[in-house]
Amino acid sequence: MKFRFLILLAVFILIGCSKNNDEKILNVYNYGDYVDEKILKMFTNETGIKINYDTFATSEDAYTKIKNGGTNYDVVIISDYMIERMIKENLLEPLDFSLIENYQFIHSRFKNLSFDPENKFSVSYMWGSVGILYNKTMVDNVHSWKILWDEKYKNQIFMYDSQRDSIGVALKKLGYSLNTRDIKELYEAKNELVKQKKIVQAYVGDAVKDKMIGNEGTLAISYSGDALFCQSENSDLDYVIPIEGSNLWFDCAVILKTSCHKSFANLFINFLCQPQIALMNTQYIGYSTVNSEALKKLPDEIKNNKIYWPSDEEFSRCEIFHDLGEFIRQYDIIWTEILAED
Amino acid sequence: MKKVFLYSYILWMIIFIVIPIILVGYFAFTQSENGVVFFTLENFRRVFEFVYIKVLLRSINLALICTLICFLIGYPVAYIMADKNFHFSSTLLFLFLVPMWMNMLLRTYAWLTILEKNGIINSCLALLGFSKINLLYTNQTIVLGMVYNFLPFMILPIHTSLKKINYSAIEAAQDLGADSFTTFRKIIFPLSLPAVCSGITMVFMPAVTTFIVPNLLGGGKFMLIGNLIEQQFLRIADWHFGCAVSLILMAVIFFAAIIFSFVDTDDEGGNLF
Repeated sequence: MKFRFLILLAVFILIGCSKNNDEKILNVYNYGDYVDEKILKMFTNETGIKINYDTFATSEDAYTKIKNGGTNYDVVIISDYMIERMIKENLLEPLDFSLIENYQFIHSRFKNLSFDPENKFSVSYMWGSVGILYNKTMVDNVHSWKILWDEKYKNQIFMYDSQRDSIGVALKKLGYSLNTRDIKELYEAKNELVKQKKIVQAYVGDAVKDKMIGNEGTLAISYSGDALFCQSENSDLDYVIPIEGSNLWFDCAVILKTSCHKSFANLFINFLCQPQIALMNTQYIGYSTVNSEALKKLPDEIKNNKIYWPSDEEFSRCEIFHDLGEFIRQYDIIWTEILAED
Repeated sequence: MKKVFLYSYILWMIIFIVIPIILVGYFAFTQSENGVVFFTLENFRRVFEFVYIKVLLRSINLALICTLICFLIGYPVAYIMADKNFHFSSTLLFLFLVPMWMNMLLRTYAWLTILEKNGIINSCLALLGFSKINLLYTNQTIVLGMVYNFLPFMILPIHTSLKKINYSAIEAAQDLGADSFTTFRKIIFPLSLPAVCSGITMVFMPAVTTFIVPNLLGGGKFMLIGNLIEQQFLRIADWHFGCAVSLILMAVIFFAAIIFSFVDTDDEGGNLF
């Protein structure tokens, strides 16, 4: 009895590619609440391929699960620096662009990006910047990261509870690269953040949206997509990419090497690039689209909003995260030291 | 038939308790570089670096304060509720239990709306003409959140044990001339001591490991050991160090439980050891 149970369990764990190959199934892995789920149904209706949809909270979390094996995901939507690492570690399958003819609709800004220079493994999905979300009634003339160190705004500042984003702000303020591997620069950034901690109200994640909408703070670090949402709820809010430059991020669709349904996966990515689908997605999620046809179809007040579509000059001011490899531990140590401070 | 139940339970324990702990140990004692896994004590050496010890001590400190406050509030409440002449005891007990039907995350979130700058308390203060005060994102707010969430774990065991005390023991003490304080000190409190110990253990354990409360009510400004572990798994994917920290935390809780159980000699259940 016990024995049979164990065998069954072993079978469950060992199920591989071979058996299910001809079944019309696609396993998709994505950030939480990061697709209009109607789109998944439309794909199934159109192609007869059933989608198993699964979500994760952070790309590190997803990476570890994929890397340690035991998952059967085909398409993953994940962030730039993580794609760089996955290419390096040979976890990704080159895409079959003969199946992704809608790739032509992807705006040229979002092709051949530095994490996938030949654009062999990824197709951009959504993108945005990191900047300062501020309340126009409480502060004006926000243009530099330095304002986040101004004692005048004591207890009115929200930082982001993510290591690379918050340390990145300090690095940019000091004029360094977001991807620095120089321990001296990193410790300078740490000192800045320790100094700043006294005037920071809190280090928050998604909660920053509620806080800023509810006028709980004056200044906050925010992703452009979230800033747009906040602005639509509270028109006193505005957003700026500081002059020192900032981070640009891209989430892209990739196919895993271990995928059992590669042609379906390519079809699905092609489907996501259809202008109509991309339009539905950007309107549901609220983040900026990478699809030039979808952009044209958006209402004027969205596509002319600088938060949604920053100028080329602002775009070129920014940097993309690179995978730091083992060096990321130094960032972690520094972040822990900052938060362990009294 | 009995055997089937026993075996399936053992199997359940192996799959969901023993194997995971072995895995935690495996990760804690290893490190991997370029796909090669090797044995090392480096993770444990790192746990004892100054900054992590600071985080651990802060967690233990806050958890102890929380446990003490829970005891100081919980014991009198449990005592009053156990009184035979107190008619509202079941209502009171019910009121303590109702919030527990709700998800802990929601309950903690509710405190945000109470304590925020534009929250209930500050709005009332502003209405009365006082200036707003900063209530959120301090160590005290973290303790408040912990006490609020874990207080029932203190009250329930004490309440149960006080209710079980044989009333004739108290009458005997009174017959022999003990005043009410002496009766409490010599009869009631010693009889409830085992329950106090399980209460302390049951409050201390979740308090020292919590990461939701410091995240929400501490504004992520004060890292506790639970946050450190979360960070290792979710943010930088360093399972090896995360597991080492988890094992140390388990050791801390284990020793705390042993210390508490020294006093704990009641063998009628409700205890951990």
